[in-house]
Amino acid sequence: MKYLWRLLPLSFILLMAGCGQQNLSALDPRGPVAEEQFSLIMLSLYIMIFVMVVVFSIYVFVLIRFRERPGDTHIPKQVHGNRTLEIVWTVIPILLLLALAVPNVMTTFTLADVEPTDDSLEVEVTAHQFWWEFEYPEYGIVAGQDMYIPTNTRININLEASDVIHSFWVPALAGKQDNVPGITNYMWFEAPEEGVYIGKCAELCGEAHWLMDFRVIAVDPDTFDTWASNMAAEDAGEMQEDAGEVAVQGREVFEQSCIQCHAVGDEGGNIGPNLTNFSEREVIAGFLEYDEDNENLRAFIRDSQSVKPGNGMDVAFPEDQISDEEMDALIEYLNGLSVLDEE
Amino acid sequence: MAENHTVEQHSLPPNPEKATLEGKNKYMGFWFFLGGEVVLFASLFGTYLGLRNSTAGGPGPSDLFHLDLVFIMTMLLLTSSLTSVFAIISMKRGNYKGLLAWMWVTVLLGLGFLGFEIYEFWDYTVNYELGFTTSAFSSAFYTLVGTHGAHVTFGIGWIIVLLIRYAKTGLTLTNAPKFYTATLYWHFIDVVWVFIFTVVYLMGIGG
Amino acid sequence: MSYAEAQKKSVLWDWLTTVDHKKIGIMYLAAGAFFFTIGGIMALLMRAQLMFPNSSLIPAQTFNEILTMHGTIMIFLAAMPLLFGFMNYIVPLQIGARDVAFPFLNSLGFWLFLFGGIFVNLSWFLGGAPDAGWTSYVPLASHYSGIGLDFFVLGLQISGLGTLIGGINFLVTIINMRAPGMSMMRMPLFTWNTFVASILILFAFPALTVGYLLLMMDRIFGSNFFVVEMGGNVVIWQHLFWIFGHPEVYILALPAFGIFSEIIPTFSKKRIFGYTAMVFATMLIGFYGFMVWAHHMFTVGLGPVANSVFAIATMAIAVPTGIKIFNWLLTMWGGRIKMTTAMLCAAMFIPTFVMGGVTGVMLAVSAADYQFHDTYFVVAHFHYVIVGATVLGLFGGAFYWWPRMFGYTLNEKLGKAFIILFLIGFHLTFFVQHFLGLYGMPRRVASYLPGQGWDGMNLVSSSGAIFMAAGFLLFIINIFVSMKNKETTGDPWDGRTLEWTIPSPTPEYNFAQTPLVRDYDAFWYEKYQGDGKIKAAEPLGDIHMPNGSILPIIISFGLFVMAFGLVYHTWIVAGAGLLIVFGAMFVRSVKEDHGYHIPVEEITKDKGGK
Repeated sequence: MKYLWRLLPLSFILLMAGCGQQNLSALDPRGPVAEEQFSLIMLSLYIMIFVMVVVFSIYVFVLIRFRERPGDTHIPKQVHGNRTLEIVWTVIPILLLLALAVPNVMTTFTLADVEPTDDSLEVEVTAHQFWWEFEYPEYGIVAGQDMYIPTNTRININLEASDVIHSFWVPALAGKQDNVPGITNYMWFEAPEEGVYIGKCAELCGEAHWLMDFRVIAVDPDTFDTWASNMAAEDAGEMQEDAGEVAVQGREVFEQSCIQCHAVGDEGGNIGPNLTNFSEREVIAGFLEYDEDNENLRAFIRDSQSVKPGNGMDVAFPEDQISDEEMDALIEYLNGLSVLDEE
Repeated sequence: MAENHTVEQHSLPPNPEKATLEGKNKYMGFWFFLGGEVVLFASLFGTYLGLRNSTAGGPGPSDLFHLDLVFIMTMLLLTSSLTSVFAIISMKRGNYKGLLAWMWVTVLLGLGFLGFEIYEFWDYTVNYELGFTTSAFSSAFYTLVGTHGAHVTFGIGWIIVLLIRYAKTGLTLTNAPKFYTATLYWHFIDVVWVFIFTVVYLMGIGG
Repeated sequence: MSYAEAQKKSVLWDWLTTVDHKKIGIMYLAAGAFFFTIGGIMALLMRAQLMFPNSSLIPAQTFNEILTMHGTIMIFLAAMPLLFGFMNYIVPLQIGARDVAFPFLNSLGFWLFLFGGIFVNLSWFLGGAPDAGWTSYVPLASHYSGIGLDFFVLGLQISGLGTLIGGINFLVTIINMRAPGMSMMRMPLFTWNTFVASILILFAFPALTVGYLLLMMDRIFGSNFFVVEMGGNVVIWQHLFWIFGHPEVYILALPAFGIFSEIIPTFSKKRIFGYTAMVFATMLIGFYGFMVWAHHMFTVGLGPVANSVFAIATMAIAVPTGIKIFNWLLTMWGGRIKMTTAMLCAAMFIPTFVMGGVTGVMLAVSAADYQFHDTYFVVAHFHYVIVGATVLGLFGGAFYWWPRMFGYTLNEKLGKAFIILFLIGFHLTFFVQHFLGLYGMPRRVASYLPGQGWDGMNLVSSSGAIFMAAGFLLFIINIFVSMKNKETTGDPWDGRTLEWTIPSPTPEYNFAQTPLVRDYDAFWYEKYQGDGKIKAAEPLGDIHMPNGSILPIIISFGLFVMAFGLVYHTWIVAGAGLLIVFGAMFVRSVKEDHGYHIPVEEITKDKGGK
């Protein structure tokens, strides 16, 4: 009876559950790596549920059967132990663990095999406080925050960090590996389906650790090629001929105030994320929605520290530096930065 | 009570350092302490081995180490370990003056070692520009060897305090364990030095 | 000092200078309970912040400080001192000793812990608490954090020194101070577990000391251990930390196992099942504890070989742990189980801890750990283990030994209400966190965005925390309302071990005559094979007691001053602190102190008054 309450949390789960949000759950794998890990999780879970059933059965039986009854004063027999039993409950767990250890070792080696294949794509992921940089050495591209990948292609990832330790995690596609300063780590994954998968930084890395999200965007290989060649194009980020006057003014503001840290195309610093395809971002700064009036973007540029405290953009742009009019122009310019819908 | 513990020398038991429960506790506790010290130095050695090639462009082991100097230091410390053994032998024979004398010799040899070590560090810092903050290697080197040096310094201070405090008391069941644990400590830092000599200096020059 | 003088000290001076293991044990408990409360309040604050998405109750920086201090306080300043409290009070009584091997060092250990703990917490008022997690991974902790980390690294070095001293003290006490007839294989299991835990302390803490030393060197003296550009290596920190950190888990768990191994036989009225197996399982767990540290580092890039080896080694720990679980179950089997509050703790420990244990095996699966690592799944796992074993062990031990230590019995009804409330809260709080982790929620996040499928479970989790807090409040209330339930028999539970053979309240000298031990469960043996009284191994006589000393506080204070000097780079202050330390040590070394005797008349008076 004492146990009913133990079921309480379980029922809550059943009410809420499902398997979590589909592009963010290790229980809803969307690629071969996450699937292998999921099957290991389930294998271990089944073995462990078996263990728990055995232990809990004995436990419940003992507690009910051998509770002191009123008036019972007998002195139980003082048993010393039983060698056979000790051997039994030593050997059986060993066998169960072997059943778990063997597939684990095999998977551990599979996941560590990062030899490039003919059609694999290499991406160098550098983590910064508190944003992500994705470099595609084969294409000479640097992208920020959104990691575009082609579907059904093996993505080999090299992980690095520019400041502190971060950890690269896309639950629906693959478990995490750490971005460690001074060391390069390797992992791989593949996404069979098109989709937007949420990535997280899993290692405490400072004040805005909780906002250090990124997106892995799996598109069909043709779209990816378009994306990559446009990102790499000489004129990436340059003003389009049909660009409006406002956007041109915005570009001037950008060159005056932003370009030291943010690159567009191959121009600009890389202290902050590359903005070449800014308007195609899923979110701003890893977490802000694109709202209709651009209020979020405006607020972030004006005083990013109040929106995402601790982030590396430690300059504010109050109205005496960027007037409202200039801000509108800048936003117009930024919202025109795209590489996929140029045609 | 104190007078009860001062026993005539001929009536002291054969192992005065372990004759009382306090002595036995001290003796065993000290061994455990040394066990912990082993882990401490093992961690420092591990760190050093991980960083010994990380010279960041500064001088490295093969630029710095002179075996002749280190050899003299090793000899000084090994001899001091030997003289502390003589001291304990004297103690067990009931020769208190011998104990004190050999312990003083141990202290002098230890001071000699320390002098050379200070010279060594000064030499590296001034003539080779290897400061504590020059590279990860230099930090690891100075921390490992310096921690050992700090142990030597503490050991010398400890023994000197004992020698002064008990200069005139004769051997008692209270001070016998103190001298004994002090020599135990001294042997330990000697052994650590042998490892430093091998891992830091010999391997630094040879490989 | 004579006996008369020893009796004349004021109460305050007596407690400040005491070297009595019982008083030191109580001070450990009091200080530990204080820090436990603080740590608990921090947990409540964190759960309040995480109750709803995007909450702005606590700024992210403050949240990081709270999460760091919650872990640090709970591990170093609450769980360990509380366990040390029981170890100090009970172990000498269980082995029939009048005191520990090093009463002076025992007191020094306590004061070092307390001053170190206070020092860490001063950071709250002097520029911000440490914010890099209790693991303090570099370079976040070495070069990207504020002054709080200086307080952290120095304070914990001081208190760690105290812990190390305590560990050595227990080892020597258990080996050298056992009463006649108390062979190693007759020792109560709490004493055995204390022994193995002390070995772990001895070999684990120096690694942490070195880790903190390197971190301190980098932060304060500009060395380059963790500066990558200068050739430093940040993974060294993780190795050093976890070479300490994994044994630390067993340092916390083993004494709790020991407590349950006392409670379960007592209230089942049955000898522990498989004593020898229990002892060897304890040793195996201790041994494996040093072989598995890298399972905390599966994602740091050690390679598949290391990951596989450490995965298998980690799984192996499940075997001796399983042996223990089954032996406890079989101890209850065929017994007459009396469900007191202490027994309720032990009974609830088994399923709770098993749940933490099985998730531990799941985490050991290295390839799957890439998904679990650094998520709320891990948070759930280690709270199931630490609350399931250590906290329930501490509460169980409190209800069990309270009459021994304080001379009154805690209220059973309130006690059971507390445990049930606390456990409902606990499972509500932490069960859902397994799923939060698998649904993609990393640990140590200061908040979370809505719409990620986490909102409901975080709400459940935070509500559970309220139950836990309410339960703990009942426990505190219990301490005060039960004061009138005086316990005068000295043996309220029909005990089996030596600590129940002495009158209540426990006399200063513990045993009027050193007991003679004739079997395992010495008291039980005398009750059912003898005349119910423990045999004496010596005639009644004067009892030698060590003198108190104020030096431990002075030494600890000296280190405290030195640490201040180091934090603020004022070398004069640091030097002055060091001078205080060495001065006090010098006095201690030079001044021979032979203690005093309690005259035999006093002892017979006590016995008569019984």
